[in-house]
Amino acid sequence: MTILQIKNVTKNFDDSVVVDNISIDINQGEFFTLLGPSGCGKTTLLRMVAGLISPDSGRIFLDGKDITDLPPEKRPLHTIFQTYALFPHLSVFDNIAFPLKMAKWDKSRIVTQVEELLEDVQLVKFKNRFPHELSGGQKQRVAIARSLVDRPKLLLLDEPLSALDARLREHMHIELVKLQEETGVTFVYVTHDQQEALALSSRIAVLNGGKIEQLDVPTKVYSKPKTYFVADFLGKCNLIKAEVISTTNDAVTLKIAGYINLEVKCEYAANYKIGQKGWYSIRPEKIRLNREEVENTDLYRAQAKVLGYYYYGNDTLYEIELGDNLVLKVMLGNTKSVEPKFFNEETMVHMSFDPHAGSFIAEEL
Amino acid sequence: MIKLTEKRALSWPPLLYLILMFMVPMGLMLIIAFMEPGDYGGVKPLISHINGKLHLDLNLDSFILVFSSEFVWQLMVRSIIYSLVTTIICLILSYPLSLMIARSAKKYRDILLLLVIIPFWSCFLIRVYAWMIILGPDSGVTHIINSIISVLGFPPVNLLYSTFAVIICLVYVNLPFMILPLYANLEKHEMDLLDAGRDLGATRFQLFWKVTVPLSLPGVLVGSALVFIPCIGMFVVPELVGSNCSLMIGNLIKQQFLQGMNWPLGTVTSIVMTVSVLSISLIVGFIAKNSNGFKYASK
Repeated sequence: MTILQIKNVTKNFDDSVVVDNISIDINQGEFFTLLGPSGCGKTTLLRMVAGLISPDSGRIFLDGKDITDLPPEKRPLHTIFQTYALFPHLSVFDNIAFPLKMAKWDKSRIVTQVEELLEDVQLVKFKNRFPHELSGGQKQRVAIARSLVDRPKLLLLDEPLSALDARLREHMHIELVKLQEETGVTFVYVTHDQQEALALSSRIAVLNGGKIEQLDVPTKVYSKPKTYFVADFLGKCNLIKAEVISTTNDAVTLKIAGYINLEVKCEYAANYKIGQKGWYSIRPEKIRLNREEVENTDLYRAQAKVLGYYYYGNDTLYEIELGDNLVLKVMLGNTKSVEPKFFNEETMVHMSFDPHAGSFIAEEL
Repeated sequence: MIKLTEKRALSWPPLLYLILMFMVPMGLMLIIAFMEPGDYGGVKPLISHINGKLHLDLNLDSFILVFSSEFVWQLMVRSIIYSLVTTIICLILSYPLSLMIARSAKKYRDILLLLVIIPFWSCFLIRVYAWMIILGPDSGVTHIINSIISVLGFPPVNLLYSTFAVIICLVYVNLPFMILPLYANLEKHEMDLLDAGRDLGATRFQLFWKVTVPLSLPGVLVGSALVFIPCIGMFVVPELVGSNCSLMIGNLIKQQFLQGMNWPLGTVTSIVMTVSVLSISLIVGFIAKNSNGFKYASK
């Protein structure tokens, strides 16, 4: 069931288009993420849903009702801000009670409701403290409790974890997902952190320049990027110039880097004409490196020279050079129980990958 | 890098200045308060010879006189009331203006603030004289007001030389001292807090009273102190635009020194005034400090 429907929404600031005719349907109970670099319009879109700015054109529906012209206080949704925006003059309890007081709830009902939320976020002991006496993670939890206290239909989260350090952020990831599952409230999450987006979301919309580049489940967005931008923005990716030389129903044959012919599975194969230019994208972890030649004719195999490597701990990133200045990134997991032995610079290695692990991205015309 | 000893050395000149210009006169005032007034101003010698015996002329006469005089207390209460009224009017006038400046686009803020400060560039007395002209019997303002109230059937009024004129001038003179600290506070409010307030269900009205006002209390307090404290000792304004019924405690102190030639009485009056202003400020500060959340609003 669709809870939030964004329909042809456009917003301009001065002369630049920040959100360009975006339409999204978000389902009840979803953890939906708007992912994109700064300036891609994700926060603007979120603020339009919250009612803090109004769109130049297009409509926004919540639960079937048109809320485009409602002021923010009349919308049954809340936002969690990047700065948490806790009221410094109010205690934790009063911060969480704020929406209930604004809605003129009974005193006794407010107390029971706030106590319940305090328990949910494990802040009962801190209820009389003031925001400046809390740690970043605690502030975050107060902000979440405050936004969930009157059971909104939708929770908008504007890069809520970006001010926390990495460890705490990971911890909050787990808490957020748990909380979302427990409450069943639909989350619309804005972030520029692709790891976060992949880990948390049920669906991701990748935004760039005010437009949706791709909207899909995390695994699809990561492994089958639709555009050059998505492939490049999410994680590391090898993007090699390619051209379609023949097509079948579900596959295209590509000429990659001008000399490698590969057959690649492709959903939209029928749409491509021969001569279509684009890129072949393959993630670095899909490529293998071996000292000896690999016996498997299904794989694409070639000799390559190691240019250098970066040791990340859990894995190691290699840069290898095939012929003709074709440089690829290769990610190898350090899964062995002994200390890793690296392929040193200048050594020749046998590189192999399954062509179907990658995908074809057509150049926009 | 300045070493600690050098820092101390640098702090000596201002310290010396303060000691000479404030501590010593204050000490003198305290002593004068207990002395006998001289016949033509000043004070009688501290030690006198009567029949060959040494007399130390220190007494509580002036204190008794001040504390038992209804007139002094009347002026005292009036000064406090005038200052309170002035502070409240300044606050009511300044708040919307400061808020408007604080919320306006950054490029206009400096110009708007400059407009607030411009009156400081002309002499305080000249500005009060200007009000004397505006409120004078021949001014357009007076004519308009009097013609309106004569239509309503009231006798014409004199705007100048009245409590009304005193309050107007006090407000006018002190307004920037309220606007500036209020602005400094309001300008720092995070927009996210206002957005969050709306987002969490507060109407514009609720947002103002539940978020903006509580957060601005430190600014309100500073502004009020900057208006209230100098206001209480003001003597030029009541003297120039006030009537006999709108004299303030500052006028009495000045008269005791310059016309009444009773230095001890003037000294005692000003000590009483200083102590009461100080205690009012301390009490307000104490209440503010212990009121819930106030201390955190400033952080």
